[in-house]
Amino acid sequence: MKMVTAIIKPFKLDDVREALSDVNVTGITVSEVKGFGRQKGHTELYRGAEYVVDFLPKIKLEVAVTSDQAERVVEAIQNAANTGKIGDGKIFVYDLDRVIRIRTGELDGDAL
Amino acid sequence: MTRMKSVPPLFALLGLPALAAAAPSTLNTGDTAWMIVATALVLLMTIPGLALFYAGMVRSKNVLSVMMQCFAITGLVTVLWVIYGYSLVFDTTGMEKGVVNFHSFIGGFGKAMLAGVTADSLSYSIPESVFVTFQMTFAIIAPALIVGAFAERMKFSALLVFIALWFTFSYAPIAHMVWGGDGGLMWDWGVLDFAGGTVVHINAGVAGLVAALVLGKRNGYPTTAMPPHNLGYTLIGASLLWVGWFGFNAGSAVAANGTAGMAMLVTQIATAAAALGWMSVEWLLHRKPSVLGIASGAVAGLVAITPASGTAGPIGALVIGLIAGVLCFFTATTVKRKFGYDDSLDVFGVHAVGGIIGAILTGAFAAPAFGGFGTVTDIGAQLWIQCKGVAVTLIYTATMTWLILKFVGLVIGLRADADDEAQGLDLALHNERGYNL
Repeated sequence: MKMVTAIIKPFKLDDVREALSDVNVTGITVSEVKGFGRQKGHTELYRGAEYVVDFLPKIKLEVAVTSDQAERVVEAIQNAANTGKIGDGKIFVYDLDRVIRIRTGELDGDAL
Repeated sequence: MTRMKSVPPLFALLGLPALAAAAPSTLNTGDTAWMIVATALVLLMTIPGLALFYAGMVRSKNVLSVMMQCFAITGLVTVLWVIYGYSLVFDTTGMEKGVVNFHSFIGGFGKAMLAGVTADSLSYSIPESVFVTFQMTFAIIAPALIVGAFAERMKFSALLVFIALWFTFSYAPIAHMVWGGDGGLMWDWGVLDFAGGTVVHINAGVAGLVAALVLGKRNGYPTTAMPPHNLGYTLIGASLLWVGWFGFNAGSAVAANGTAGMAMLVTQIATAAAALGWMSVEWLLHRKPSVLGIASGAVAGLVAITPASGTAGPIGALVIGLIAGVLCFFTATTVKRKFGYDDSLDVFGVHAVGGIIGAILTGAFAAPAFGGFGTVTDIGAQLWIQCKGVAVTLIYTATMTWLILKFVGLVIGLRADADDEAQGLDLALHNERGYNL
């Protein structure tokens, strides 16, 4: 199993969610996060006082999938979240050891 | 109150000495109705106008502290006004035209506890009760304005003591000297201050600068980011100030008449000109026009037209507004940064500077030659008188505010602990949070 974590632009969330549904992903977790990468921050100016805002708002989404599903999920996210401009985000993929559905106690593939 | 200042000479020159000689002894219902409304409008400027204007500019952890300060000052000054404030400003006992004595500087206690104010007593053509309340709202907003200079760091107890002393030793004497009537120091000089440019705005603005210097900078200023947390509040506050200011300026005619109407018109014009002036300079120099900028410009224009509102015409208002918008922009941005003082919400930059610009230009734009409606013919002489008024207020207020702050600092301390300041005054001093989201 794989855990796919993606950092994307907030306004791309709906597109990504739809793309994931199309590749049969049945659940995702979304958080509002802040950070910076190559896009860096921006400056704000209040009565002449300039502030550099380093951290920009982004969306982090986490998707747990079976190993054979992983490649399609990554592709779906990459296509849906792409604007071609700096700051589109990143996708991280790593191995997932165990999955347990709390209500039934089902494990791994059955729990996804 | 200003009517005492500007109108009597006007009538005297027009050959209507009877009107100038004594307050009318009959009640005028039109005047009374307008003044009751004007009084409510001026109160609206402090709560919620100024409270929102300031609350939006501080960080979210201090939003309640500045609102609380404005609200508490409203209560405190009301009570002090009743006990002795009205008397110290408007008791004319011992005053004599052209004679400088103790009572040229401060009134007596003849009207303490509002002695003599009944349902039937009159001031001009309105009930004295309305006059007392109208003037009370001016006495409330002046000290409330200072709050912006030491926002986010003053102890609440120290604030109350400071405000009580400042109201007593700085507001009351200046108001008396300017508006106290024959025998008042600046009244006798002929200083034109229709609605309180000197009494309210220079007075509070200079006190703000002194307070910012004596209290010191907020911890972390200017390296830590301290951006306004809700400029929507600030814009709503500025809008309420703008609307309420019609009560402040047009109400200062103490009558529903042509002077009040012209005061209303020039107030609108100067405010608009200053808002656009600030916005334009900012756009040119900082590349973007900002909400904080246009709102600050509007307030600068309101301040600047205040002393001139009974005598300036529309052209004067345009010029005064534009100059105030541009110069206040430079004080609140360039000058503040250069000198490094932390006048957190620019009380000095907007109120003192706007007030001084307005007070001085009043001397020119009151003249019919510049489209004014005053009796000024010798503009040079009037400008000199206006400058003297500004200078006395600057020196007196700066000295008095410094003494009061040093005294309060010695007795109970002025600043909140560093930990409280870091945590935010809302939680540290009031056990509340502005936002439980």
